Amino acid sequence: MSITDLGLPTNGSPVTGQPLSGVGHVPPLGEGEKLSKKDFTSDQEVRWCPGCGDYAILAAVQGFLPELGIKRENMVFVSGIGCSSRFPYYLDTYGMHSIHGRAPAIATGIASARDDLSVWVVTGDGDALSIGGNHLIHALRRNINLKILLFNNEIYGLTKGQYSPTSRTGQVTKSSPLGSLDTPFNPVSLALGAEATFVARTLDSDRQHLSSVLRAAAEHRGSAFVEIYQNCPIFNDGAFDVLKDRTEAQARIFYLNDGQEVVAGDGEDQRVVVRDDRGVMTVVPRSEADPARIVIHDEAAESPAGAFALSRLDSPELSTVPMGVFRNVRRPSYDDMLRDQVAAARTGEITDADIDALLAGKDTWTVSGSA
Amino acid sequence: MSTKLVQKLDRVVIRFAGDSGDGMQLTGDRFTSQTALLGNDLSTLPNFPAEIRAPQGTLPGVSSFQLHFADHHVLTPGDRPDVLVAMNPAALKANLRDLPRGATIIVNTDEFNKRNLAKVGYAANPIEDGSLESYHVHPVALTSITVDALAEFTDLTRKEKERAKNMFALGLLSWLYTRPLEGTESFLKAKFAGRPGILDANVAALHAGFHYGETTEDFSVSYEVAPAPMEMGNYRNITGNVSLSLGLVAAAHRAKLPLFLGSYPITPASDILHTLAGLKRYGVVTVQAEDEIAGVGAALGASFAGALGVTSTSGPGLALKAETIGLAVSLELPLVVIDIQRGGPSTGLPTKTEQADLLQALFGRNGESPVAVLAPATPADCFDIAIEAVRIATVYRTPVIVLSDGYLANGSEPWRLPKTSELPDLTVEFATEPNDVTADGEPVFHPFKRDPQTLARPWAIPGTPGLEHRVGGIEKADVTGNISYDPDNHDKMTRLRQAKIDGIADSIPLLEVDDPSGEAEVLVLGWGSTYGPTAAGVRLARAIGTPVAHAHLRHLNPFPANTGEVLRRYRRVIVPEMNLGQLAMLLRAQYLVDIQSHTAVRGLPFQASEIADVIAKAARPSVAESMKEMAK
Ligand code: SF4
Repeated sequence: MSITDLGLPTNGSPVTGQPLSGVGHVPPLGEGEKLSKKDFTSDQEVRWCPGCGDYAILAAVQGFLPELGIKRENMVFVSGIGCSSRFPYYLDTYGMHSIHGRAPAIATGIASARDDLSVWVVTGDGDALSIGGNHLIHALRRNINLKILLFNNEIYGLTKGQYSPTSRTGQVTKSSPLGSLDTPFNPVSLALGAEATFVARTLDSDRQHLSSVLRAAAEHRGSAFVEIYQNCPIFNDGAFDVLKDRTEAQARIFYLNDGQEVVAGDGEDQRVVVRDDRGVMTVVPRSEADPARIVIHDEAAESPAGAFALSRLDSPELSTVPMGVFRNVRRPSYDDMLRDQVAAARTGEITDADIDALLAGKDTWTVSGSA
Repeated sequence: MSTKLVQKLDRVVIRFAGDSGDGMQLTGDRFTSQTALLGNDLSTLPNFPAEIRAPQGTLPGVSSFQLHFADHHVLTPGDRPDVLVAMNPAALKANLRDLPRGATIIVNTDEFNKRNLAKVGYAANPIEDGSLESYHVHPVALTSITVDALAEFTDLTRKEKERAKNMFALGLLSWLYTRPLEGTESFLKAKFAGRPGILDANVAALHAGFHYGETTEDFSVSYEVAPAPMEMGNYRNITGNVSLSLGLVAAAHRAKLPLFLGSYPITPASDILHTLAGLKRYGVVTVQAEDEIAGVGAALGASFAGALGVTSTSGPGLALKAETIGLAVSLELPLVVIDIQRGGPSTGLPTKTEQADLLQALFGRNGESPVAVLAPATPADCFDIAIEAVRIATVYRTPVIVLSDGYLANGSEPWRLPKTSELPDLTVEFATEPNDVTADGEPVFHPFKRDPQTLARPWAIPGTPGLEHRVGGIEKADVTGNISYDPDNHDKMTRLRQAKIDGIADSIPLLEVDDPSGEAEVLVLGWGSTYGPTAAGVRLARAIGTPVAHAHLRHLNPFPANTGEVLRRYRRVIVPEMNLGQLAMLLRAQYLVDIQSHTAVRGLPFQASEIADVIAKAARPSVAESMKEMAK
């Protein structure tokens, strides 16, 4: 199924009111053309450690991309530095493995220069939230049509195991033998605070959920921020294990489904999210919940306050983990508006005479006799 | 009609000086514009504090604009002003030492009160205490005469009327040097379109100044400077930053590439961002990024996507962009980086000129990371350098750093308009097909298979079917571009990248030497904005009979192929530069020749007389040399 099949419009402009999908101007595959996972697999040997969560994410992305129904040569993956940032090498699309933290800035140039590309950023917790924090928040604020996949393994992998900006306080690592003193970032809260229009979270090992989040992200016009919990078996093994155990996961993961109650667990053990008068959200057993206060998820709510309150349910013990699309609202994307400004200012093909007039400006004089 | 005497002059240097809120830059700009339209050759030097509104009436708050115009070819804004317009005591004090005896000073006496005098440490009023005896002083109550002249504008406050005093001064100077007022009138009309009261008052003040000159007995003579002989053509006056911006637009047009600027505001480069942001009509895309790094990152991303990626900055910003420029070296993609140099290190002197980023441009990155480096010689040359930068960047798929500076950026000169159709054809060929075959004969695209002539790699942009490929900052295998940690491959790739940059020398003109006598033993070699003062210094030296050769480098990396040969031809080579000898160091290292380094970092361009002195001393053989000569 492609975006076109999903009934999303593929032309128009959010500025002029016509909704556009995330791949709105990207050329679709020709009649009867189909791509498969194999088409997206490059000839490069994958060099992550055995058991790394990145493998599962790569497989999910390679499996999902054909669904977009767009030309492979119009996809660009840009990454920074870190284990996750090797990602573009393994995808047979256009790609750039750039420098530490700068992928959102480089991708901003790509997306602003071309409307016919589907541009993806692959980054990690150190790359996006530490050295590249500034670029990330500004890309989100501007709402550039980028899909940003942040692989969060709560550790520096490539540099061999120092604490990262999402490592838990007190975590003992090579560079924090007595425990990390840092308060970690909550990536979802951060993205929401940075005015992101699409914010989601998913898990490396849950192929189906991961694919559904990627689908929603791809459809979104503007910046889509996806945090993917990713296991690093070498330096931070088991960070998300409780979410991978079926029974534990059922009790802890609160799947966010638009228009539905935010709940986890089953039957007697079911817990629900309720909201108090100040907007603060807490988790209580369903039996104790005032039905009027149970939170109904509204991903398109104008205010990010609800999504933010949900993101604050996180705890280091992972006892309450909202998963899915926190926020998904429409706002004109920067690159679309930029192109609209240029298009509105343009009066047709630029000729030599136009440039001559530009060079001359307003105050010219002529020297006729030469001396 | 004035019945006063009119004298002809061949050249005049005027400096307008006042508080940074007095509108001196505007006044200077307008006078320049009028002068350009009259056909004089000219050169300007704006000089202003970094603070937008430095403390009023203080020395650091003085802003000035110097203009040199003549009936002949002008090379510099002039060493010493013939006329100083001083709007307050601070302006007088800050500029007096630059005036030759006998210079004319027009002072605004209204501002010479106790408080303002005390602020700059004048114990007595210099207009009255005889200390200005050796100058020709015209005391004019500029402020109060302006206010009186605007008496009929009852809607305006006194403050608003006072603000028009710069127009009064401009009117007076326009009379003094026989400049027309129409250009300024239409300028004011555009500027104050929505405020008719202010517009009329400014126009009235302008005319009042002109009439004041005509009628007051204090000014008995007015002057005329005839047009300079110039090559036939259409001209405009242009500053370096505008010239560079237009050069980029013209080059992108000739390359048939969309121009993409990623930039972050920084003095004195911001005007490039402003100028290009206003040119959307020409398809120019500008992104004001969150920081310097993002500015160059976006530009590089745009280049990857097939646009002409450009970033503009000044020294501190170049430092921040270093890692991304290194990435561009590794990716081998076109990128134009414009550095409008200013005084450093660190924040340094944001509004003052310097040439101390040369070594940073050449070497300020990790690893062996060669890039092409160019420097424009004059404000108008910024246009040609922009075109040359785009040529090198696109042909060789490399970052090119353009080293302009604060003096060129804000200084202006007449520019003979080129014809767009006669500019070099910079059409770029993107890769569209496989360029190699695999071992089993399958067609394949190899992103690092080089052009044998230029050593450039193919530029294959997203959207091209079959050429999907990945590039990155990790070392790449020769030809295939796959990640490679192989020692021999790294050695080879490092040398190939260097050879590619060195090979640019094959495509640039040889270094030309100007030595009309053919007898010179001394060569003055300049680079960048030292061109004007150096050429003027050479002219002065020759005028007193000193034979001297002059050459100028616009390409700093690689140097023109004959540079070493030229250097070795002269007994002595003088290199004046506004740093502590960076080009001299490069020339010594590369060509093993001795260089006489003449340096200054005062935030101001060299003076022609200073260069002439250095030449004269060098041309005189030393005692030891003369004795050797006699012994023969
Ligand atoms: S260090 Fe960790 S994150 Fe990096 S590849 Fe190995 S397992 Fe994966």
